[in-house]
Amino acid sequence: MSAFSAIGEDREIDREEFTPTLEPQATWCPGCGDFGVLKALKQAMPEVGRNPDEVLLVTGIGCSGKLNSYFESYGYHSIHGRSLPIARAAKLANPELEVIAAGGDGDGYGIGGNHFMHTARENHDMTYIVFNNEIFGLTKGQTSPTSPKGHKSKTQPHGSAKDPIRPLSLALTSGASYVARTAAVNPNQAKEILVEAMQHDGFAHVDFLTQCPTWNKDARQYVPYIDVNDNDDYDFDPTNKEEAAAMATEAEQSLYEGEVLTGRFYVDADRPSYSEEKQAIGEMPEEPLAERYFDDDYEWERTHDLLLDRHK
Amino acid sequence: MTDHELMWRIAGGSGDGIASTSQNFAKALMRAGLHVFTHRHYPSRIRGGHTYTEVRAKPEPVRSRGDGFNCLLALGDSFARNPQEGAYYGDEEVKPLSENLDELNEGGVIVYDTGLLDSDDIPNFDQRVEENDWHVYPLNLREIARDHGREVMRNTAGVGATAALLGIDLQYFEELMAESMPEDILEPNTEILHYTHDMVKEEFEFTHDLRVPEGNHDEEQVLLSGSDTIAYGALDEGCRFIAGYPMTPWTEVFTIMSQALPEVGGISEQVEDEIAAAALALGASHAGVKAMSGSSGGGFALMSEPLGLAEMSETPVVLVEAMRAGPSTGLPTKPEQADLEHVLYTSQGDSNRVVLAPGTVAEAYEQSRLAFQLAYGYNIPVILLYDQKLGGELMNVPASHFDREPNPDLGAVTTEEELEEAPHGPGGKFHRYRYDAEDGVSPRSIPGQKGGHFLVTGNEHNPAGHIDEDPTNRVTQVERRMSKLDGVREFLDDKNTQTYMGPEGADYGLITFGSQQGTVREAVDRLNEAGHSVKGIGVSDMMPYPVEEMTEFLESVDEALVVEMNASGQFRGLTQKELGRFGDKLSSLLKYNGEPFEPAEIVAGFEASIEGQDVPDQQTTYVPAAGD
Repeated sequence: MSAFSAIGEDREIDREEFTPTLEPQATWCPGCGDFGVLKALKQAMPEVGRNPDEVLLVTGIGCSGKLNSYFESYGYHSIHGRSLPIARAAKLANPELEVIAAGGDGDGYGIGGNHFMHTARENHDMTYIVFNNEIFGLTKGQTSPTSPKGHKSKTQPHGSAKDPIRPLSLALTSGASYVARTAAVNPNQAKEILVEAMQHDGFAHVDFLTQCPTWNKDARQYVPYIDVNDNDDYDFDPTNKEEAAAMATEAEQSLYEGEVLTGRFYVDADRPSYSEEKQAIGEMPEEPLAERYFDDDYEWERTHDLLLDRHK
Repeated sequence: MTDHELMWRIAGGSGDGIASTSQNFAKALMRAGLHVFTHRHYPSRIRGGHTYTEVRAKPEPVRSRGDGFNCLLALGDSFARNPQEGAYYGDEEVKPLSENLDELNEGGVIVYDTGLLDSDDIPNFDQRVEENDWHVYPLNLREIARDHGREVMRNTAGVGATAALLGIDLQYFEELMAESMPEDILEPNTEILHYTHDMVKEEFEFTHDLRVPEGNHDEEQVLLSGSDTIAYGALDEGCRFIAGYPMTPWTEVFTIMSQALPEVGGISEQVEDEIAAAALALGASHAGVKAMSGSSGGGFALMSEPLGLAEMSETPVVLVEAMRAGPSTGLPTKPEQADLEHVLYTSQGDSNRVVLAPGTVAEAYEQSRLAFQLAYGYNIPVILLYDQKLGGELMNVPASHFDREPNPDLGAVTTEEELEEAPHGPGGKFHRYRYDAEDGVSPRSIPGQKGGHFLVTGNEHNPAGHIDEDPTNRVTQVERRMSKLDGVREFLDDKNTQTYMGPEGADYGLITFGSQQGTVREAVDRLNEAGHSVKGIGVSDMMPYPVEEMTEFLESVDEALVVEMNASGQFRGLTQKELGRFGDKLSSLLKYNGEPFEPAEIVAGFEASIEGQDVPDQQTTYVPAAGD
């Protein structure tokens, strides 16, 4: 029997299993877009067929990092910007886990930008949800990497002189094999995209537009949104990287002009995940490494022969 | 002292194969029955620039570099810069000869390659040779190599020449070459080895006395560096995951692990930076794998944040810190022991970690295994602190020392059966951080285990892992986490991790930590031979500190000299802080020029200190006790 019997359990999963029966200390403001992410994620879980004990949700720091408090599963509320390196190692250690990383735009595109680029290029089989509300929320309203140029805040009183990060394009060029954008105000599409992202075998990046009614009052609430996959005006093939890139660029530009384009922008179902690549070159075992420590029959290698061979 | 020991130094340019040649030389002497020890010196450059390695060999165990050396093989620097750049780099071309003369002992032997070096370019060369009674054998090694194979094989010619002069049997070199070289390279190398050896014997009249001593081992020996033994210790303790970013000198451990792990079904990850590296190790450990990461000073600085998370979340992990001279990038290829305070106190909050500092190549294996036992047994981060000297030096150790059973025990974790019985919160969360845990160690569950989900967080948290700012919870959790160090202290006390030297009842003490242990041991022996009453202790546990053992040691001596490689006496400071007394008994001998101590420097420093005189060597510093 596996030491991890929660994994692959064959039963109906109820989304309420992911709701803590004990209400956590409230940290999200009324009307916060983060509730939309939470709802979509809970709704997605039964369709993905994963139970709370086989899900590892790794978060960073910020309002988004509190997602674990509202979501019942194995959770790792880590440090600012570092959810991805923790998540990807957990996935390497046990590829059978459902690994989800989540963070905000400051956490994911600012302090964790380097990890975002590298995790995407390695194409780890995991889902990365970035709560994008174009503001630092938990530290009380400073300009974020996705705030529009000219955005005024207490730390940039004359307005930001910087162009915002273009997360979809960044994910795409870095090598993510699934790139999508959805919005908290669109729960049905959000759930659908999260299901797809989790079922995708590779790095799935979901830029999740969330409103911040406390610190970003002026920001659009991302309505009305347009689903680019359902709208004939945006006829493009998400499996074609060039067309996907053009569409992503347009969506990123138009967001700052007041038009909210959402949907799946890029899907590459053929690219092998990082674990598969690593196993193919013989640098990762086929069986989950973590299982080995619970297997009483496993014969652990001694280094003595290796040592004699090289150092005698 | 030089009568019965060989201290052979091979010098050349970086990239000229000095390291590999000296490694083979040391191995050959080990196979011939001698005890060997190497000392490496290299610049922070890839090709060109003065580099040397010393191989010290004796019939008795040898644990330190010697004082100076007695045989020089100067090969020349084939990558030497244009001499016109001399204003910046000095006269590179003759450095393999000129740079080494100051440390060559009286009566020493010099073999140099006339194909690359001209002794006429060295000021007063003949005069110095005469004054020091050196015995010089100029040979065109470059030409010999070119005529019988390829120019790069001049190292082999040099080995053949010194083997002839010192009376070393060529069979050991032949065997080593046969084991490592492909056929097309082996053949000319063998020819060059024999040709040079025979030619030197025929053409020169030997004027020197130095010959290789005879030795005999009771049991089979292996030649290893500290980096090797740290890696093998980790592997034997069941470590199957490493993440890192290259930085000298930590790269050696990272490289050895990266090559070995695929062989045993483990995973190595080279990642974007050190923050990521340490975070990956945490992620793998959290998911149920024994994991390590590491770096050197500057890279380790980046790991402060994940280190703190490991403490707060009680995620077991082993981090190795290979010290080099700092601050900042410092002297990238030179040793120093100045990161002690950095690893003890880096990251915010009260330190709640274990720091171990092995003192020898053999001990590094033990401490590496201990590091994993402690990390996983107590769910606490453990730092293995060593330096460039210990990481790079080679030493023979009996092979049986490493003939042990592996230990893959994942330590303080629960099984699914235990999870069924374990307390859970009302939300269904497993009480991962329960207050009433034995020794403060609350066993963890691994993701994927049924009924085990809980929340890890760097914020203060309640038993289920939920963020909690309640003052009573805070105090309880802090005290529980800190109390784990008491268990660690007991565990370490049982293992007798400190190393004692010299006669138990001696009047004076020498105290050191880490890589200076072997050198201090030799100094202790010499001082006792010279009529002093001295004992020494090599301390391996930095946190928790061995309060009882050190109190006992210090109470038993009149005065003690702390020997360490830094400018501020960090280990002496730690000792005084932990013991809260003995400030009037402890004085310091410090060295921070980028070179480790030689035994004679410690002997001279000790003698000067008890006589209240200045330390004779300007490369070392004496800081008197607070009461003086």
